[in-house]
Amino acid sequence: MSPFVLVLGLLGLPSAHAATIAMEDQSQLQPSAGHAAVSQFQPPQESELPDNAYGKLVKEGYALFVDTKRLAPTFVGNGLNCSNCHLDQGRLANSAPLWGAYPMYPAYRKKNDKVNTFAERLQGCFQFSMNGGTPPTADSREITALSVYAYWLASKAPLGVELPGRGYPDVAQPAKGYDLSGGAQVYKGQCAVCHGPEGQGQKAGDSYVMPPLWGKDSYNWGAGMHRINTAASFIKHNMPLGKGGSLSDQQAWDVAAYVNSHERPQDPRLVDGSVEKTRVKFHANDGVNLYGQTVEGVLIGQGIR
Amino acid sequence: MMSLERVLIGSALMLLLGNAHALDGKKIFTEGGSQPGAMPCVACHGADGAGLAAAGFPRLAGLPALYVRKQLEDFRRGTRVNPVMQPLANALTDAEIDAVSQALAAMPGAVPQPIHRSEMPIGAAQKLAQQGAWERQIPACASCHGPAGTGVGDTFPPLAGQPATYLAAQLTAWQNGTRHNDPNDLMGHIAKSLTPDEVQGVAQYFASLKLEAKP
Ligand code: HEC
Ligand code: HEC
Ligand code: HEC
Ligand code: HEC
Repeated sequence: MSPFVLVLGLLGLPSAHAATIAMEDQSQLQPSAGHAAVSQFQPPQESELPDNAYGKLVKEGYALFVDTKRLAPTFVGNGLNCSNCHLDQGRLANSAPLWGAYPMYPAYRKKNDKVNTFAERLQGCFQFSMNGGTPPTADSREITALSVYAYWLASKAPLGVELPGRGYPDVAQPAKGYDLSGGAQVYKGQCAVCHGPEGQGQKAGDSYVMPPLWGKDSYNWGAGMHRINTAASFIKHNMPLGKGGSLSDQQAWDVAAYVNSHERPQDPRLVDGSVEKTRVKFHANDGVNLYGQTVEGVLIGQGIR
Repeated sequence: MMSLERVLIGSALMLLLGNAHALDGKKIFTEGGSQPGAMPCVACHGADGAGLAAAGFPRLAGLPALYVRKQLEDFRRGTRVNPVMQPLANALTDAEIDAVSQALAAMPGAVPQPIHRSEMPIGAAQKLAQQGAWERQIPACASCHGPAGTGVGDTFPPLAGQPATYLAAQLTAWQNGTRHNDPNDLMGHIAKSLTPDEVQGVAQYFASLKLEAKP
């Protein structure tokens, strides 16, 4: 942590804006060519875990991954858990499984001539998907336990080989593009029963069971899920819960656009307090997204507290 | 603008009506409805609405009013088949269904002790409940019914505190088509994917969850 951030923290100022960004490049993974139905990688079972320090750390990583909000509250600024977007405890193919990710880091990005480590990738999800302000340091207990959990899930996976089922496989944009009013229809008919008519999610006690899709408790404007193409791929493969693959590509794109036309917490990379500058620097070449654009006379991307 | 007098009369009426409803609902529960065949609920669902585990009669106390009303309408419509409850639901008037649903929701229900997602499940039934069986497209029961089976909102009923025989009977009813009343087949396709062992196991699991002492 830089001394600058430390001082701000001591003064009790909100650190979200001052936080150094661990992984500035949140642009999407290189989309992989469509995979044929090849045999799926099988991560190990929990029953196979050894009863020693390693097994304990794996379990700690598991706990953090599925119960993030409760166990790492200082690093989670919204209402989400990692497993909300990486289903089946980070095991499910086509739901950006940890076993598909771990063997692919450190990752080189030609675009900005940078190398990102696995720890930085985890920190990125904390800052953007979890809207968490300054993320846990690379050598923190949290990042260590989560990395060990991912390493274990990737047991016997080949290193540096892209496995089928990694990420959220691309769903190509339909020829007609996308339609927000069509998305509103899909949302009302297939999503609102769980995520609520206002995308607010539903709780049991004080924690979310159905996570919020927009508003102050959801992912922020810098998160990968804010891209319509990424959300469309996630939704097509994983939603409605338990009925993945049931929406048409058109429906997935329409509803992804509808969800991502709603306000959510500001992009923590905000440049000089300007949505327009932030759009030009970070969003103009980042897939399909509505950040900084005007829809029906309203500027999207103003953020929400 | 409305005159003060009218507002006052209006709210007095509302109060009266509100009271009448609450009274009605409780009375229907203990004494039955106005039409023949509308038996008192208390006979089967227990004095405090906690159900009769031995007979497999479900608890009704604390269930969301909208959920109860929907079930009674589903019995009437035949999307939920049951030889006892169908004639009974048909014998209730719309107003009686409304009133009794409100009264049941207001009765104190079972509150399960909290379960945290971070607890790693032990055994097949708990694993199904807390993690699902994704190789068959089965999400965790907890992801719709809440981590401790508390129920979520008006749509997802509680499973904790229901008799095991009742829970198993409902899963079987979906399997053989006598219950097909769930929105968008959200529950039906899951019940149909369960093996007979899983039906028994998961029903036992939710029925056995520890409940907190009633307030
Ligand atoms: C709001 C949804 C969301 C949440 C919550 C979330 N992530 Fe992610 N995660 C994503 C998206 C989107 C990507 C990028 C996928 C892409 O670009 O195709 C991603 C990518 C990743 C990757 C890299 C995947 C790969 O194959 O390279 C890892 C590892 C990861 N997340 C871990 C986490 C952890 C740990 C947490 C909790 C601290 C978390 N995520 C929370 C949406 C989310
Ligand atoms: C049966 C309930 C249910 C339905 C219906 C449903 N979802 Fe979800 N959704 C969930 C749950 C539960 C999760 C979190 C998954 C987990 O933690 O295992 C989730 C996660 C998500 C996420 C990622 C987490 C977040 O907060 O952003 C998105 C995006 C999403 N759903 C969109 C949709 C869309 C769009 C639809 C309609 C096409 C839909 N869902 C229908 C229950 C549902
Ligand atoms: C003669 C016994 C009997 C009486 C009297 C009775 N019930 Fe039931 N009730 C049952 C049985 C048995 C079931 C389980 C039906 C099934 O298996 O689908 C049930 C189920 C229900 C359910 C569904 C609960 C759930 O969790 O989905 C509701 C709601 C209900 N009864 C309401 C009432 C009301 C209101 C009354 C009084 C007006 C009443 N019952 C009177 C036997 C009875
Ligand atoms: C995708 C969401 C979802 C998941 C996951 C889910 N359920 Fe359900 N379940 C529902 C809905 C919705 C209803 C209520 C249907 C209705 O309106 O009558 C329901 C009702 C039930 C009922 C009837 C309760 C009563 O009072 O009559 C039982 C029993 C049940 N579920 C068991 C399970 C079990 C066991 C699992 C895990 C194997 C599970 N459910 C997973 C959505 C779900």
